[in-house]
Amino acid sequence: MDADLPRQESVDFAARGVRAAAWRFVLQRASAAVLAFCVIVHLAAIIYAVRHGLTSAAIVARMHASAFWPVFYSVFVVAAAIHAPLGLRAVADEWLGLRGRAADAVLAALALVLLGGGLYAVRSLAA
Amino acid sequence: MSSGAEATFPVLIWRGKADGAFRRYEVPRRASQTVLDIVTHVQRHLDPSLAYRYACRVGMCGSCAMTVNGKARWTCRTHVDAVAGSGALEIAPLNHLPIVRDLVVDMAPFFDKWAAAQGEFRATATRRDAFARVEPASRARRAIDATIECIGCAVCYASCDVVGWRPDYLGPAALNRAWTLVNDVRDGAGGSRLRAVAGDAGCHACHTHQSCTERCPKHLAPTASIAGLKRLVAVAAVKGRL
Repeated sequence: MDADLPRQESVDFAARGVRAAAWRFVLQRASAAVLAFCVIVHLAAIIYAVRHGLTSAAIVARMHASAFWPVFYSVFVVAAAIHAPLGLRAVADEWLGLRGRAADAVLAALALVLLGGGLYAVRSLAA
Repeated sequence: MSSGAEATFPVLIWRGKADGAFRRYEVPRRASQTVLDIVTHVQRHLDPSLAYRYACRVGMCGSCAMTVNGKARWTCRTHVDAVAGSGALEIAPLNHLPIVRDLVVDMAPFFDKWAAAQGEFRATATRRDAFARVEPASRARRAIDATIECIGCAVCYASCDVVGWRPDYLGPAALNRAWTLVNDVRDGAGGSRLRAVAGDAGCHACHTHQSCTERCPKHLAPTASIAGLKRLVAVAAVKGRL
């Protein structure tokens, strides 16, 4: 069905906007799949920690000792920083009338806040 | 057809434009009565100035859709028994379209979006070519079977929350039509049509509420068509063909 799609000959802004919209969709679905996995692992880890009576100090100590958890939570943070602004973009459009470049600027700032704050937290755990 | 001793029931019908109001009529209650019968009775016997639209009366033309007790329906095939449970009936014009007068809406924005979604067939063959051979059991042809019976009544469009929130959204009917043509092996506009429906106001605006699918009088599933377009657009974007 997609075999007949011709390659775009010239760059025009409408087509660029369409490609951006399509990529936002792809990124949001892909990040959702990553988040679904990460949330399950995260919840399982919390349940394990609670049931085994681990203190916060013990949890931090185990995270220090592992290469897995900092990488895992970094992936988690990146996926959340991609996913949340894309979802809020639709909310901003439909409920606030915020769209186009203004929406992109606000949501890019939000993505940076999520990414910076999240990675800072992961780094302080891993350090 | 005498209405002398017949039992009547109250019917509220929208009169005027967007700033109009409901007016109450007492209409005879009869067996197997449709909502369109009610409106026709009012226009012919009670108030000839009432404006409404219909043509075929048998669920083919898609011109008689109205909002009946809060839900968009095809009035010619909606029995009063099925919708007026408490006895009262409220008939209004379709949502999301400009009211011309009374029960008549301007369908131009609805069909303009069919055009924006490139809803017209673009032939790749001429009259001198042989007939296209399309395998009825093929996946693409079966996808068309599921969508082709749309009568353009705009019930889905009037039922769609997203159209209410962002008026530039192409809407379920136009996207269903685009999906029909994308699956047509005889059509030559697949790439440009995908681009036409892939913007922010196209298939990605759909929230999958499925009001269109629930209300479609032909029992089509525009939500599934829109999901198909999303899938195809995503594949095209990843492969650099959009």
